[in-house]
Amino acid sequence: MSEYRYKMPDVGEGIVEAEIVEWHVKVGDKVTEDQHVLDVMTDKATVEIPCAVNGTVTKLVGEPGEIIAVGTEIMFIAVDGDVPAEDDVSAEAEKADAETQAPKEETKPAAAPAKPAAAPSAPAVAARPAGERALASPAVRKRALDAGLDLGTVPGTGPAGRITHEDLDDFIASGGRLAAHSGGAGSSVRAPRTAVVEEKVIGLRRRISENMSHAQRTIPDIAYVEEIDVTALEELRKHLNGAKRDDQAKLTFIPFLVMALTKALPETPQANAHFDGENMLLTKYEGVHCGIAAATPNGLMVPVIKHAESLDIWQIAAELKRLGAAAKDGKATKEELSGSTITITSLGAIGGLVTTPILNAPEVSIIGVNKMQTLPRFDENGQVVARKLVNLSSCFDHRIVDGYDAAMLIQRVKGYLENPATLFM
Amino acid sequence: MQTRSCQVLVVGGGPGGYPAAIRAGQLGLDTIIVDKHGLGGTCLNRGCIPSKAMIHAATKYEDMAKHAETDELGIYLAEAPKLDMGKLVGWKDGIVTKLTSGVGQLLKAAGAEHIAGWAKFSDAKTCIVEMENGEQVEITAEHVILATGSVEVELPFLPFGDKVIGSTDALDLQERPDKLVVVGAGYIGLELGIAFRKLGTEVTFIEASDGILPLYDKEITRPITMWLKKHKVAVNLSCKAKGVSEKDGQAVLEYEDAKGETQSIAADKILVAVGRKACLDGWGLENMGLDLVDGRFIKVDEQCRTGMRDVYAIGDVVGEPLLAHKATAQGEMVAEIIAGHRRVHDPVSIAAVCFTEPEVVGVGLTPDEAKAKGEEIITGKFPLAASGRYLSMEAGTDGGFVRITARESDHVILGIHAVGTHVSELSGEFALAVEMGARLEDISGTIHVHPTLTEGFAEAALTALGHPIHISAPKK
Repeated sequence: MSEYRYKMPDVGEGIVEAEIVEWHVKVGDKVTEDQHVLDVMTDKATVEIPCAVNGTVTKLVGEPGEIIAVGTEIMFIAVDGDVPAEDDVSAEAEKADAETQAPKEETKPAAAPAKPAAAPSAPAVAARPAGERALASPAVRKRALDAGLDLGTVPGTGPAGRITHEDLDDFIASGGRLAAHSGGAGSSVRAPRTAVVEEKVIGLRRRISENMSHAQRTIPDIAYVEEIDVTALEELRKHLNGAKRDDQAKLTFIPFLVMALTKALPETPQANAHFDGENMLLTKYEGVHCGIAAATPNGLMVPVIKHAESLDIWQIAAELKRLGAAAKDGKATKEELSGSTITITSLGAIGGLVTTPILNAPEVSIIGVNKMQTLPRFDENGQVVARKLVNLSSCFDHRIVDGYDAAMLIQRVKGYLENPATLFM
Repeated sequence: MQTRSCQVLVVGGGPGGYPAAIRAGQLGLDTIIVDKHGLGGTCLNRGCIPSKAMIHAATKYEDMAKHAETDELGIYLAEAPKLDMGKLVGWKDGIVTKLTSGVGQLLKAAGAEHIAGWAKFSDAKTCIVEMENGEQVEITAEHVILATGSVEVELPFLPFGDKVIGSTDALDLQERPDKLVVVGAGYIGLELGIAFRKLGTEVTFIEASDGILPLYDKEITRPITMWLKKHKVAVNLSCKAKGVSEKDGQAVLEYEDAKGETQSIAADKILVAVGRKACLDGWGLENMGLDLVDGRFIKVDEQCRTGMRDVYAIGDVVGEPLLAHKATAQGEMVAEIIAGHRRVHDPVSIAAVCFTEPEVVGVGLTPDEAKAKGEEIITGKFPLAASGRYLSMEAGTDGGFVRITARESDHVILGIHAVGTHVSELSGEFALAVEMGARLEDISGTIHVHPTLTEGFAEAALTALGHPIHISAPKK
């Protein structure tokens, strides 16, 4: 029998380490070549790691959340051929171990002593059939109630599957309580909610956390908020949506904003740039690669519309739709999630008058879109008229973009959006 | 009229209401408890406690009478004991007074105010209390706990009077009846009927169903049936009481026997013990807008909330089981819920005890009930006659035993039943075992004290596991 040591592969340019998100195999599992065995997270994308050989997993290194350097041995595989077959008892025992001790396996199944068969007086723990009352002492039941847990969802390790205090601790620590939470917000019953949940911040959330801290700590930013009158733009948008072909994506406000930016940015090139503060290096881009911040089930993601300056309004809308769906489904590629030169963040659909978005470093500009509303304004004759208005809340890296330039950029964007015909000239 | 307001108003001072008020007071809630008939409710005044005093006295009398006849244990009384029924009842009343005044002190110590009077609700949160001095007070409460309890069921064709009595009257008889007919062989009828038999009364049961203690299986009730037979107590099953008349200073009960033929039986007293019903009348329930279950009980959820916000109901008034300890648990829980704690009434089981001769205790499912629920079960039955302690209590011949019902697959205990002398005191361990989710191995693995009856519990677990020590192993 021979052992294959699988190393953390190089998953992309310049990536030196990756975070383990989830193992899809455990010790004792048979694996085949190209089988999806592991998810790791690099800069922004989650990468599926395939297995390289056929065999049986004997050891896994690294728990979810751990950052592993590229090249580290992460999976040991007994390669097929002369691997002795295990009898059912030890395989079962091994499996149980793997489940209860979680990813800290150190034993090799071949070397592990077979566990003695369960004594006849201690029947094996069976899974609890649905609807059956969970076995737990009154003290455990009270704790679960206080924590807002349905005990039916908590695995019990005690005799006959009895749920112990330790089982509750483990369940809560593993974040299981969120899934099991019952009652709560939807209930009309008023009662204090006393649960306190500690959660390890891993994966994308950790990335977001680090990036946000870094940006906020290192970048002196300037915020600039301006009101845009989109009455005319809305009429145009309505007309275009009414006249569009079925295969064309519906136009929202965002494609027009992207369009306006591609028109306005060439006059403020330092706003469409990356700034490396350590090396005092500013990289200005002619192309506008517009990141669109999107809330996804996995957290904040920023898919990127590449070379927006080369796309017409329908193409921008189509790309926006495609990328948004990909990000939500977790199918966006690493390339689609990186390379932006400026970012748009829109919470306008939810409401909100002003935001102070944090820069998507190393970018130097971020444009926030606020709620659109119909409000009274004076026309040139001093008459009160109803206008459709939306605020743009922008932030700039003040080391690079002066207040004057920031204001000029936004005013030009305002000009395009308030006179939408100019967008297409 | 004086007006008052409070955070918590408890109506009914029984084993549900007074613990609710004590707990509410402990939790710093401004609490008023209203009760007219004396704190302690049915339980302390005319139920659990007085009946246990009577049963104790009756057992003592029976013992002494026996030693006047024989010299068992080498103890012989020269003449038969004399019974002064009035004094016995007085002794019983002393216990009741001591306990009920104790409840008053406990309420006071907890900071809950007791108003003696009768509450009548005008809406769900407001009641007018007619106090004993004739004055009235209107109380408006943020939270209301209804604990009005239950009353004896009176049969329309057997109205209570001098000759036809209920359990309350039976505990206050100033003279021992020579002949007593008990209608109903449930636990109340049996407890009192057996007590009177021990005092020397000739007792006959008339029961509509085909067995005594309908909630228990025949195996459990058999030792009681044996005792009744041995003591010449006639038990007429499948018989329906029809009516009563008087003849020669005695009451004559007419009933239809199992064959459908009309029979009659004369007695000094006829005790009607056919059950209890929730006390829903006379206190303004109709003004509160609450939902009922079949018109018989107040409908509540697992937190004892009624359909009306901040109005709770606990104990007998919310339905089966009509047991004091259930009411207490609910009362304590509701006080904590009002104080903002998170609580729910979700016991695995509520133990029940009958102070018959011998006693019966049951927790959880009987074997038949478990099978009906689709459980594959094993049982272990240990005869207490094999217990040294049992023999030393002169109880070896009463047929007592402990029986455990467990799930076959994982040995989790589903039910525990016992019948025998003093087995009521085993109920705590039984309840704990079921509530904690014990398996047979937990019981057999707990060292039980020798010589006590609790050894019988461990032996029953071993019997279910197939290897008891003090009886021969059951054949497979």
